[in-house]
Amino acid sequence: MRANKLRSFLTSLGIIIGIASVIVIISVGAGAQSLIVNQINSIGSNLIGILPGASDSNGPPASALGIIVTTLKYKDAVDISQQVAHVTAVTSYNTGMGSISYQNTKSDAKYYGVMDQYLVVEDTSLIAGRFFSAEEEKGNNRVAILGYRAWQDLFGGDDAIGKKIKIKKEFFEVIGVIKERGTSGFQNQDNIVLIPISTAQNIMLGVNYVNFIRVKVDNADHLDEAVSDINSLLRDNHNIRESQPSDFSVRNVKDAIDILLNITNALKFFLAAIAAISLVVGGVGVMNIMLAAVNERIREIGLRRAVGARRSSIMLQFILETVTITVVGGLIGIFFGASVSAIVAVVARFLGYQWDLVVSWQSIILGTSVAALVGLVFGIYPAQRAAKLDPIEALRYE
Amino acid sequence: MALIEIKNLKKDYVNDEVVTSVLHGVTFNIEAGEFVAIMGPSGSGKSTLMHILGFLDRATSGVFKFKNRDVTNLDDNQLAQIRNEEVGFVFQAFNLLPKTSIYDNVKLPLIYSTKKNQDKLVKDAIKAVDLMHRINNFSNQLSGGEKQRVAIARALVTEPSIIFADEPTGNLDSKSGQVVMEILEKLNDDGHTVILVTHEHDTAQHARRIIKLRDGLIVSDEKVKSRRSAKEGELQK
Repeated sequence: MRANKLRSFLTSLGIIIGIASVIVIISVGAGAQSLIVNQINSIGSNLIGILPGASDSNGPPASALGIIVTTLKYKDAVDISQQVAHVTAVTSYNTGMGSISYQNTKSDAKYYGVMDQYLVVEDTSLIAGRFFSAEEEKGNNRVAILGYRAWQDLFGGDDAIGKKIKIKKEFFEVIGVIKERGTSGFQNQDNIVLIPISTAQNIMLGVNYVNFIRVKVDNADHLDEAVSDINSLLRDNHNIRESQPSDFSVRNVKDAIDILLNITNALKFFLAAIAAISLVVGGVGVMNIMLAAVNERIREIGLRRAVGARRSSIMLQFILETVTITVVGGLIGIFFGASVSAIVAVVARFLGYQWDLVVSWQSIILGTSVAALVGLVFGIYPAQRAAKLDPIEALRYE
Repeated sequence: MALIEIKNLKKDYVNDEVVTSVLHGVTFNIEAGEFVAIMGPSGSGKSTLMHILGFLDRATSGVFKFKNRDVTNLDDNQLAQIRNEEVGFVFQAFNLLPKTSIYDNVKLPLIYSTKKNQDKLVKDAIKAVDLMHRINNFSNQLSGGEKQRVAIARALVTEPSIIFADEPTGNLDSKSGQVVMEILEKLNDDGHTVILVTHEHDTAQHARRIIKLRDGLIVSDEKVKSRRSAKEGELQK
C-alpha cells in the first residue's frame, strides 16, 4: 500500500470530498444559525411576542403562516402595559398593504398601525422629527413616521417633515423618520411606514383586532414571570375557562430562537445526510479499488499463506489497509472542511455579518469515526476475497 | 523416528463432478538431515506430493506422520502454523514482495510467528546466503540469482525443519543456478533437511537420494551413486 501512494490517495478522494462536505455543511449551517440567533438577540432578548391563535410549543402558530385570526385586541395591549409587572413598554401591530406614494413617486413599503411606545419596544430611534403621542395614538390622527428605506424611496433623502404622503386614498402628514436598521429575521425593517393604531383600525382597515403584540420586559430574569402574567391576563380578557386552550400564543425571544434552531437543524441534518451519500459512493469506490488490489496481489497473498499466514491474518491485513485509506482520507477531508468553513466565516464577517465559526471536537471525532466505519464496511468484501484464496492456486497465478 | 513418514498416500481432486486421481498410493520415509530429490514428468503428481508434504494441502486418504505426530487431517489454521514453524519454501519464480527491501522480504514469515529476536534471525539468514552487503537494497534491484538467494534466506528465517525447493533453478542461468544449488548443499551439510522437486536430471543429481514418480506412483527410490557437487562439477562418491 505504501508502494502505491498515488493510487491510495486517488482512491480516498471520494471519502475526502464526502467528509469535507459534511463538515462544511454542518459548520456553515451552524454559522448561519448563529447569525440568525445573534441578530435576534441583538433585537433584544427581553422581548415577548404575542400572536393570535393557539399553537403547540414547538411549532409556528397559524398566524405566522398567513392565516388571519382575530382574537387579539387593542385592549389586551393596553391592559398588559398597565397591569403586568416588569413591563417597560408595549405596542400592538396592525399590518397593512396598499399603495403608498408621495406626489408621483411610489413606495412598496408596508404600513403598520402601532402604539406610542413603539420606539422603546423596537429599541430604535428617530433621525428626524418626532413620534406620535398617546393622544394621536387613540385619536385617528393622520400622521405617519417613515422607515429609512421608505423615506429614501419617496423623498430621496430630502427633508420630509410636514409633507403629505398618500396611503391608499388617505393623506398622512410625515412627522418623523426612523434611523436605518438593516435586515433582520427575513424582514427589511426599513421599508415600513408607521401610523397610529386607531387610524389603522378605524380608517384604513376597518377591523377591531390586532395582528400581534410585542412587550418589552425590564430584564431577562423577569421574562418567565411576565410571560406567565400575560397568559393569565389574556385568558381573563378573552373569557377562557380553565379547561379550555388559549386562543393566543405567547412567545419570548428564546422560544423563537429554539423554534428557528429546530427548523434549521432539521434542514442542516438533511443536507448533511445528502452529503453523507457521497460517503457511500466513496466507500464503493474504495471497495472497487481494493478488489482490484487483491487481484493484483494474488501471488503475494499466496506467498503469505505459504509462509504461515492464516486466513484471518490476511483478512485483517486487508481490512486494516482499507481503513487506513479511509481514515487518512477522512482526516484530509476534515482539514479541508474546516479550512473552507473558516474561509466562509472570515468572508461573512468581512461583509458585516455576525457569523460564528463552529468546528467542534465532536464533528472531528464523528468525521474520523465515520471514515473508519466506511473503511470497515467496504473493506470486508475484498478482504474476504483475499482470505478465501487457495494458496497453491494463488502461487500459480499469472 | 523419521522426520516424515507417509503410508499409502492418495490424493483426488474433485472439480464439479469430475474426480481426478493424482496420487495412487505413495509410501516412503524421510529422515532428518536427508537431501531428497523428487523427480517426475509433468502430471506425475510430484507437485501434489510436495504440496501435501509442505502442509499446503491435505491427502484424500493414507497416513502422514511428521515428527511422529499424525498430521494427515489438520485444519487450515493448524496447517498454517506448521508451515510457519517447520517449513521453508523456495519457488521457481522467487515470489519476493515487489518494491520491498531484502530485509523486509526475509522477515516476512516472522510476522506470522511469535519467535523473539527477530532482527537477529533475519540477519543470520541473510548472512547464510552471503547477501549482507545488499541488505538494504530493494527486490527490483537484484539479479535473478540474488533474488533466489533472498528466497532461500526467507525460507531459513523461521529455523524450519525442512526446506522445500520447487524447481529452484528453473528461472536462472546455469552459473546462478550452480550458486543456488551450492547453497542448498551447504545447508544440507550443516544439518538442514532439503527436499528438492525437479524434472531435470542434472539438478536432481545434487541430492543424495532420488525418488522418481510416474502417474501417481513411486517407480524408484535410490541413493545417488555419483553425486554431482556444485564445486567445479566434481564427482563425489
